Amino acid sequence: MVDLSPARQPREADARPVPFRGGGFAPGRNRWAGLVVFVALIAFFEVGTRTGVISSLTMPPPSAVAQTLWRLVETGLLWQNLGPSLYRLAMGSLVGCGAGILVGFAIGLFTLARAGLVPLVSALFPIPKIALLPLFVIWFGIGEGSKVALIAFGTFTPTVVATFGAVDGVDRGLIRMAQSFGVPWLRIVTRVVLPDALAGILSGLRVSLAIGIVLLVAAEMLGARYGIGAYILEAGALYDLERLFAGVVILSVLGLLVSAGIGALERRLLRWRG
Amino acid sequence: MDIRVRHASHAYGGLAVLSDIDLVAPAGKILCLVGPSGCGKSTLLRLMGGLERPTSGAIELVGAPPSGCLNELTFVFQHFALLPWASVEGNVRFVLDHHRLSEAERAEIVADVLARTGLADFAEAWPRQLSGGMRQRVAIARALAVRPAVLLMDEPLSALDSQTREILMEDLVGLWTRAPFTAVYVTHNLAEAVRLGHAVAVMSRRPGRIREIVAIDTPLSERRPDDPELERVQARLWSLLRDEAIDADRELVDG
Ligand SMILES: Nc1ncnc2c1ncn2[C@@H]1O[C@H](COP(=O)(O)OP(=O)(O)OP(=O)(O)O)[C@@H](O)[C@H]1O
Ligand SMILES: [Mg+2]
Repeated sequence: MVDLSPARQPREADARPVPFRGGGFAPGRNRWAGLVVFVALIAFFEVGTRTGVISSLTMPPPSAVAQTLWRLVETGLLWQNLGPSLYRLAMGSLVGCGAGILVGFAIGLFTLARAGLVPLVSALFPIPKIALLPLFVIWFGIGEGSKVALIAFGTFTPTVVATFGAVDGVDRGLIRMAQSFGVPWLRIVTRVVLPDALAGILSGLRVSLAIGIVLLVAAEMLGARYGIGAYILEAGALYDLERLFAGVVILSVLGLLVSAGIGALERRLLRWRG
Repeated sequence: MDIRVRHASHAYGGLAVLSDIDLVAPAGKILCLVGPSGCGKSTLLRLMGGLERPTSGAIELVGAPPSGCLNELTFVFQHFALLPWASVEGNVRFVLDHHRLSEAERAEIVADVLARTGLADFAEAWPRQLSGGMRQRVAIARALAVRPAVLLMDEPLSALDSQTREILMEDLVGLWTRAPFTAVYVTHNLAEAVRLGHAVAVMSRRPGRIREIVAIDTPLSERRPDDPELERVQARLWSLLRDEAIDADRELVDG
């Protein structure tokens, strides 16, 4: 027998627990932290404006903004403005993200598409899309067309870049495996490439849709009768801070909803990652 | 069905990897392929499986595939290559879905291979929930599902610990004994080669050639880890490989 007992018996007092050094680097879910941040911020401004620490000229009390929002709902003005905005955002990002995903896949899968389109996308990406609005007005008319086109164009480029990056990152070993089992090309794309690229595509969509909202407002500010952007512009022109903030709140909520929607999609579609 | 390699050579750019390989993997037998690291074993297997074309020479299939065969040349990969987003059953179904089969036939094949590989209780599990040995079992089940004519196995057990490897070797012997399959089995592990191979082909260092083919006559089911006959064969294989291995190692260091 090998003797494994220590040569010298240390005293019990020398014993100490191994310090824990793991943990972290794995942010979990917490529904409440986000809410607390919002509530705290709102409470801060409410108290600030009521006590006069924050001048009501610079910042309306949140309660007044809430009242304005409620009036918007009651008078039906909310829908009158939100409806067209949602339509533009939905159409624009559907076209832009849809085309972006298709082009991204083409770039990720075909030599010719990659060689031909990557330089083009790189050239289009840095163009401030809002600068092209007059051009779009000439091309697509002053109505809905130009606004939808602007959003479509603005969401297109980031979606392309995210998608082809994700397709590039697909595990080649899995593609080889599928080929070795004689799985047809299209099936490999839909059942290997797509699921493996999905995480990257969804995180790209987050960015694209946020850009879409920014462009939506910009387009509506430049010419629209109804729409959240038009509403904010009008309020701003009159220095009606309560209405201006009401519009901003609506945009923030829109952003939150989009982000939550993608989050839900991720949790559903990427369940396998655990 | 036999698979026959005739005067096959292969090069990557200017790098000659395989030189004039002549080899037959006979039907119903397991042919093991051993050789020093980088001698082109994986490349030869990819050529045999039609994933790459040889620079010169030919790979031929001789004879008819077994009845009901869906994918003649079927790989089992070292790192399993399971779809992480598909369950165990989903991974098996993935290779069946593009074949013209009724749902009943599909379900029957899936149930059969999962039972044969001891995975029946894990059909719904995700790959990430399984141990390495279980994952490779899934890959083996998937390979068996397409009723292959030839199984091409590239170091299928080398990502596993030695106990799991021992168990999976026994599983493979069991699978073969119940329903003999044709296989080309690449390995670094000579103990594996003498346990599973009806013949062991020893390759020289790069550019790989077939140096010698050693036949082992003991039936698979009668082979034991400490069988003196097998130990003798293993010692012989090692003496063949030793010089090649030393030279190959030096070559990499110098290169
Ligand atoms: N796609 C490739 N392009 C260029 N060179 C390659 C390619 N695949 C393999 N090689 C080279 O060919 C040689 C043989 O590679 P291969 O993977 O077939 O060897 P191996 O015998 O399987 O090695 P190991 O025992 O380490 O698995 C190596 O020198 C490798 O660097
Ligand atoms: Mg190899």
